[in-house]
Amino acid sequence: MNPYLLIIIPLIGALLAALWPYKKSRPYFLPAVGLAHTALCFRLLAKPPAVDPVAWLAFDPLASAILPGVSLLFLICGCYAVSFLRLKEQDNRVFVPALLLVLGLLSAGHQARHLGILWIATEAVTLACVPLIHFSGTPKSFEATWKYLLVGGTGIALSLLGSICLGYASLHGGGSGDITFAALLEHGPNLSRVWVLTAWVLLLVGYGTKMGLAPMHTWKPDAYGESPGIVGALLAGGVTSVAFVALLRIKSVVDAAGEGVVASRTLLAIGLFSTLVAALFLLRTRDFKRMLAYSSVEHMGILCIATSFGGAGVWAALFHVWNNGLTKGALFLSAGNLQRAANSSSIDNVRGMSKVLPRTSILFVVGMFAITACPPFGPFFSELLIVRTGLGAGHGWAIGLFLLCLLLAFFGISRIVFAVVDGRPRLYKSNPALRKESAGLILPPLILLAASLWLGLFTPDILRDAWSAAVLQLSPMP
Amino acid sequence: MNDTLNLLIGLAMGFNLLALGTSRLPVLIRAVAIQGVLLGLLPLVLEAHALDWHLVLITLATVAGKGVLIPFMLTRAMRAAGIARELEPFIGYIPSLLLGAAGTIAAVAVTRYLPLLPEHAGNLHVPGAMALILTGFILLIGRTKAISQVCGYLVLENGIYLAGLLLIGSTPILVEFGILLDVTVGIFVIGIIVDRIQRAFDSLDTRKLTALHE
Repeated sequence: MNPYLLIIIPLIGALLAALWPYKKSRPYFLPAVGLAHTALCFRLLAKPPAVDPVAWLAFDPLASAILPGVSLLFLICGCYAVSFLRLKEQDNRVFVPALLLVLGLLSAGHQARHLGILWIATEAVTLACVPLIHFSGTPKSFEATWKYLLVGGTGIALSLLGSICLGYASLHGGGSGDITFAALLEHGPNLSRVWVLTAWVLLLVGYGTKMGLAPMHTWKPDAYGESPGIVGALLAGGVTSVAFVALLRIKSVVDAAGEGVVASRTLLAIGLFSTLVAALFLLRTRDFKRMLAYSSVEHMGILCIATSFGGAGVWAALFHVWNNGLTKGALFLSAGNLQRAANSSSIDNVRGMSKVLPRTSILFVVGMFAITACPPFGPFFSELLIVRTGLGAGHGWAIGLFLLCLLLAFFGISRIVFAVVDGRPRLYKSNPALRKESAGLILPPLILLAASLWLGLFTPDILRDAWSAAVLQLSPMP
Repeated sequence: MNDTLNLLIGLAMGFNLLALGTSRLPVLIRAVAIQGVLLGLLPLVLEAHALDWHLVLITLATVAGKGVLIPFMLTRAMRAAGIARELEPFIGYIPSLLLGAAGTIAAVAVTRYLPLLPEHAGNLHVPGAMALILTGFILLIGRTKAISQVCGYLVLENGIYLAGLLLIGSTPILVEFGILLDVTVGIFVIGIIVDRIQRAFDSLDTRKLTALHE
């Protein structure tokens, strides 16, 4: 019963929020539902429920390794949203329910143990994000939404085609066409190889589009750049992680079918390519929110690289999902503060923010050091682990390229961040109310950064155990 | 059964070529709609030995969605925007036709080398799905008007639906329904967006969506 509550609570919250008649108090649904969700999530993490192997939805080890992090991110973003929506004149009758809907569907996607359910949850999340991305209602946000829908829709279509191919692989191998992951794993060696590989390519492209792996990342800078910071934080930390969980589950099936080497190789290639593309674009972009999008592409690449190293690499990848989600969340929220105050997100128009928004600027700079893997923040430790695993597995050249990309990304990100923070501020025409740094706008990114630091320095044993259990679930053989 | 199946899928593949070759949006929308209806009837042919109300319901929903609801929305969006022709496609009509025809031939040729179950080998089911998916991509990439791109996406969806029918005997009915619902909702939302884009830009030309770049 409890795992279903994770999905039902946000959905009921969304319904109530949609019916709630008062604009001013409606945003409080976000932290309230977020708190209930997080509490339940961590309770389930502490006391893992027994998993019915044939269940379509379950809080299994893999879900428990990632979903609590997404839930925590949502809770903190929800607290931020209360202060953020107070500054906005637009009606939030669609925005608040859509956010809650996204939370419910993300919970379903993380827990899905059936290929079809997984696909429906991912598609529904894609659609639920549409009103979030064009919240600001500007022509540019329409353009971003159109690209998001067209590219994302095509990706979703391909992942459905991949799911069908995987079903056919089972049918052709003498199975019943049952597409629960448990059945596919059990049927593993009998699956038809040609169809499994076709399915892997299609699913990698499909869910890779959702994750934002290069070259399917083209929607990402537009969508992240034009949507509010809080939406960017949830897209980068929640929606991408659903797609990553999907790829992890699918890869375990491909492993079971005996094509694991091919899958690892393609993951390594696409991961390195994403990291490289992101690093090169980071050197070029002049917009600090698009910068965060390219940084997200980079980190999705890192997840794929880590996963391709197998066992210990997957553990490091799960660790990195938490670090990336929380740190990127802090950056998106502080970037949102900067953008509102300056009414622009281009470094051609925004400078000297350390004089206008001193606290936010500090958070932004510290966040930059955290996301570029400077010690002692979480990303440093997970990336160090990835490098060590890669060297141990004999991927010296890949690690060399990976470190080069990290260095280039550091140059690109620090260039933009200091251009925004340093210098003499311009005269901003925006409403002076938008230049106030209330506690509601500063504390959430601060808490996220603190969480990232805490994860790095004192990774709790309960999370370590959850990640180990997830690795064990994905590759049962020692 | 194979004769009816081949007839329906063959006709649907013919409408691919019509969709690729026309510059008139009403023709394009109608071609995609008729293609959708032809494919929507397939479950009845495939499972003729085990007809039940599930199957009839799925058929009705598919035909209503692909053949009536979506074309109606697209026609409305087209009238609202006041355009009836796609004048400057990225890939011209003759090249698209040639590409589509070559793709169809390649799909039929490749199918011979795929490991298929006996009931799926020797008919147009798998090559038809591949040809539709390919045509969808040509339309998605080669056209510039938002409505033509949505039609391309629909042809792609039709192809995937046809591929999904390979599993109709084995996949739980619930999932199929969810898939159906999702696809419809997806197009619905795309339709709304088209509406909004048109209000913001006064034309459905996606080439004008170029403010966002590096």
